Amino acid sequence: MNLDWSPDEERLLDAPTIRPYVIARGRTEAQDRFDLISLAVTIRPTTGAEIGLDPEHQAIVRLCRRAMSVAEIAAHLDLPAGIVRVLLGDLFDRGFVAVQQPQPEMDVLDERMYKAVLDGLRAL
Amino acid sequence: MVSGRSDTLKMPKAIKLLIAGGFGVGKTTMVGAVSEIRPLRTEETLTNLSVGVDDLSGVEAKATTTVAMDFGRISIGQDFVLYLFGTPGQERFWFVWDELARGALGAVVLADTRRLADCFPSVDYFERRGTPFVVAVNCFDGAPVFDLDEVKLALNLGQDVPILLCDARKRESGKEVLIALVKHAYGRRPTAAAH
Repeated sequence: MNLDWSPDEERLLDAPTIRPYVIARGRTEAQDRFDLISLAVTIRPTTGAEIGLDPEHQAIVRLCRRAMSVAEIAAHLDLPAGIVRVLLGDLFDRGFVAVQQPQPEMDVLDERMYKAVLDGLRAL
Repeated sequence: MVSGRSDTLKMPKAIKLLIAGGFGVGKTTMVGAVSEIRPLRTEETLTNLSVGVDDLSGVEAKATTTVAMDFGRISIGQDFVLYLFGTPGQERFWFVWDELARGALGAVVLADTRRLADCFPSVDYFERRGTPFVVAVNCFDGAPVFDLDEVKLALNLGQDVPILLCDARKRESGKEVLIALVKHAYGRRPTAAAH
C-alpha cells in the first residue's frame, strides 16, 4: 500500500464528489440515457410517502413542474449532471416525470424550425 | 418524441448551441448577455477516460474527471428553447465536446485578436466534425483591430464560414452573432447543399 499521499490523491476523496454517488447508490449506468438538454416535466406529484425516493428525487419532481433540462436541474440542485440522469431515470421508470429527448441531429428538413428560431432571435 | 405516461403533453423542442473559444475569451460573458436567465453552471462527471490524456503509468483504475460548463437559455415562444453552452476552455477537455456537440445546431467560436491561436483548436474541431460554426471576434478594449479578411486568412477559414465583430458584453451584439449562426446552419443543411 502506498502511504505517500499527494494532495492530488487527497482531492479524489473530497466529500462533494462522493456524496452524489451515495445518492445514486453507486449507479452510473443511466448516464447515457439522457442528454444535457433532455427536458423533463413532472406528470405526477409525489406525496412524500413513496418508498425509495430520496429528498433529491422529491426536489426534482418539485423543480420540474415546468419543463427543465438535465443541465438546469443539475445546476439548481448543485448535483453533477450524471447523478441527475440516474435520479431522473428512477422518476421516469416510476411514472413521475415525462422526458423529451432532443433529436439526435437537428431535423434538417424542418425549415419552419429555423424560421421560428430566427424570428424569435430577432424579436429578443 | 415524448416518452412517459402522458401523450398529451406539449413540450418545447430543445436546441443546443455552443459557444467555444480559448480560456478567458468571453464565452460566459456572451452566454450571460443573451440568456434570459443568469448563466448557470453544470458539472459533468466523466469516467473511464483512459485515452492517454495524462500519463498515469501503472494506474489501471477508472479515472474520474469533472468539467464545469456555463450555460444559458433563450425561450422562443412556446415551441422552442435554445440552450447555449460555453465549452470548457482547456484543450484537455475535448472529450466532453463530443458529448456537447452531438445534436448541436451550430457553434460560435469566439476569438481574441491578441491571442488568435487560442481559437485554433475550436475551429479545427468543428471543421473536422462538420458542425456549422461562425467566428465572432470579440472586440476587447485596447486589442489591435484587424481587418476581418486578415483574421479569416490567419485562421485559414473556409470561404463560406461567416466571420463578424462582436462585443460579448452586449445583448444586441450577441443576438446578431446567433442570428448569423442560425442563418449559416440553415444554409449548411445537407438538403440545402444538394439543391
